[in-house]
Amino acid sequence: MKALVWHATNDVRVERVPDPTILNPRDAIVKVTSTAICGSDLHLLDGFIPTMQAGDILGHEFMGEVVEVGHENTRLKVGDRVVVPFTIACGRCFFCEKQLWSLCDNSNPNAWMAEKLYGYTTSGLFGYSRLTGGYAGGQAQYARVPFADVGPMKVPDSLTDEQVLFLSDIFPTGYMAAENCEIKQGDVIAVWGCGPVGQMAIRSALLLGADRVLAIDDVPDRLRMAAEGGAETINFDQESVFERVKILTGGRGPDACIDAVGLEAHGSTLDAYIDKAKTAAFLATDRPNALRQAIHACRKGGIVSIPGVYGGFLDKIPFGAAFQKGLTFKMGQTHVMKYMKPLLDRIERGDIDPSFVITHRLPLDDAPNAYKIFKEKRDHCIKVVLKPHTETVH
Amino acid sequence: MTSEINVAGAERWASALGGAALTAYAIKQLKDRSPMGAALAAAGTALIYRGATGHCAMYEAAGINTAADAGTETKRALGGSRGVLVEEAVTINGSPEELYAFWRNFEQLPRFMDHLISVKQLDQRRSHWVARAPAGRTVEWDAEIVNEIPNELIGWRTLDGADVISAGSVRFKPAPRHGTEVRVRMQYEPPAGKAGAAVAWLLGLEPSQTIQEDLRRFKQLMETGEIPTTKGQPRGRQSILNYD
Repeated sequence: MKALVWHATNDVRVERVPDPTILNPRDAIVKVTSTAICGSDLHLLDGFIPTMQAGDILGHEFMGEVVEVGHENTRLKVGDRVVVPFTIACGRCFFCEKQLWSLCDNSNPNAWMAEKLYGYTTSGLFGYSRLTGGYAGGQAQYARVPFADVGPMKVPDSLTDEQVLFLSDIFPTGYMAAENCEIKQGDVIAVWGCGPVGQMAIRSALLLGADRVLAIDDVPDRLRMAAEGGAETINFDQESVFERVKILTGGRGPDACIDAVGLEAHGSTLDAYIDKAKTAAFLATDRPNALRQAIHACRKGGIVSIPGVYGGFLDKIPFGAAFQKGLTFKMGQTHVMKYMKPLLDRIERGDIDPSFVITHRLPLDDAPNAYKIFKEKRDHCIKVVLKPHTETVH
Repeated sequence: MTSEINVAGAERWASALGGAALTAYAIKQLKDRSPMGAALAAAGTALIYRGATGHCAMYEAAGINTAADAGTETKRALGGSRGVLVEEAVTINGSPEELYAFWRNFEQLPRFMDHLISVKQLDQRRSHWVARAPAGRTVEWDAEIVNEIPNELIGWRTLDGADVISAGSVRFKPAPRHGTEVRVRMQYEPPAGKAGAAVAWLLGLEPSQTIQEDLRRFKQLMETGEIPTTKGQPRGRQSILNYD
């Protein structure tokens, strides 16, 4: 089959590799019909995530048709059309039973690595470094899905791939970020980062009853899409985020702040340049510029919700502000399985059509170029969907 | 698994973390699992090191002076406070009864203890064990159960004539809301010579890690019915030399 393979920082290629096979009794093999590139794939492309190996197959947002099932898997059958969550979970440990799927005890074969860095292991993830299991990803024609009797969700034929594909990650991720804000009537929510997760968070916050949403970014296309989704926008290149947020909230600050940016934040403030210099000189791992602003801008007693990915050590977090203002922090990888069904229902009801975020549709063959366009935000790119079984026409 | 570890990547990241003591600790832990470490162990030098330095610290850390302790059992089985003692624990979402029943059937142990080839039950108390050793060789020994409380504790020791003199216990204790805490204590006398090298290889540079991984696989098997793996999954080309 063909797959998108990571070789080194800024070096990904489409190659022919062996087809995946059933390795464990609860596995399934899925013929991938649609897969997407995630903002967090860019952290891999940029070399920000340790324990990648040349030869790793990337991709954690995918869906398709079940073509083979392991003998212990009684939930799926050949021919089922499924969306696959990016988190891999056993369904039977303490954490899975509490719907804390991304904290599964049993799905990371390299658990000891995560234990050394984080104390305890979290769940395995598709296509996301040794640290989270080293599982081959879904930017490929076929993918092996472990514990496939737990994660994959059957989807009705009445919905297109593009309408349901994002149930694999960004819609649940944006939704959980908004849910973590514990939105009450009259609440104002501020969202840092208007990439795909930020876009989903903006719409989810409004679905959950937020009075207003403030959206912060510096990319005009993203700000336009945020405005179309009902947000009031702030371009951090043109105005002071804190001043603007304060004015727009009548001087009190947002009730909750969402950091949908994560470890590779860029910005034009002094601390952002210091972060960039420090990570370049290996003096810090993550660049938490957006998180700092979110903490600073949040109202007293408010909530900071963090769907943006962090992996290591953060420098100069205004912990004093967080403490003195009595903030609550909510964060973590998404418990995707908890949200797939309720959000599928919302899509079926017509509350939302997540395909609005797609700007590019390309064959898998073009994936290296697609990564480039997405990374450099060229050609108005916000979200790329790849078709693994379409040949490039030259 | 060890050979798959990308130490270069970890080190690169480590340097990025810039001097934090915490990081140094984490990376030291990662490096302890390096192929170099395994090679050292195979050479048998690790055993000497452990024999020279590990004894007292481990012994104290395990706190085996507590009268009600399972450690007392291993100590008595070995005829005194000799050798190296390691202790590891894991919490499993299951009842003490089912976990005990699985473990007590020793012939099933190779399903999650990687270094074991087979265990054969000789009678109610005695069993014969075969384990992998370097260079395709095997080591074998007989063991007997010295203490047993159904659904709570199994204690065993090797019988006279074994290359490896060891004793151990596994205890199953209910943990409300979480299932069962499974606690393993192993005490063994590092032998000298060829057998010593074999034991070093068997238990790795860090015997507690071997037991920890065994317990992790036990948990995975008990909770999910399988042991998660990526062995045999597709990969791209790993070297640009092979790239056409």
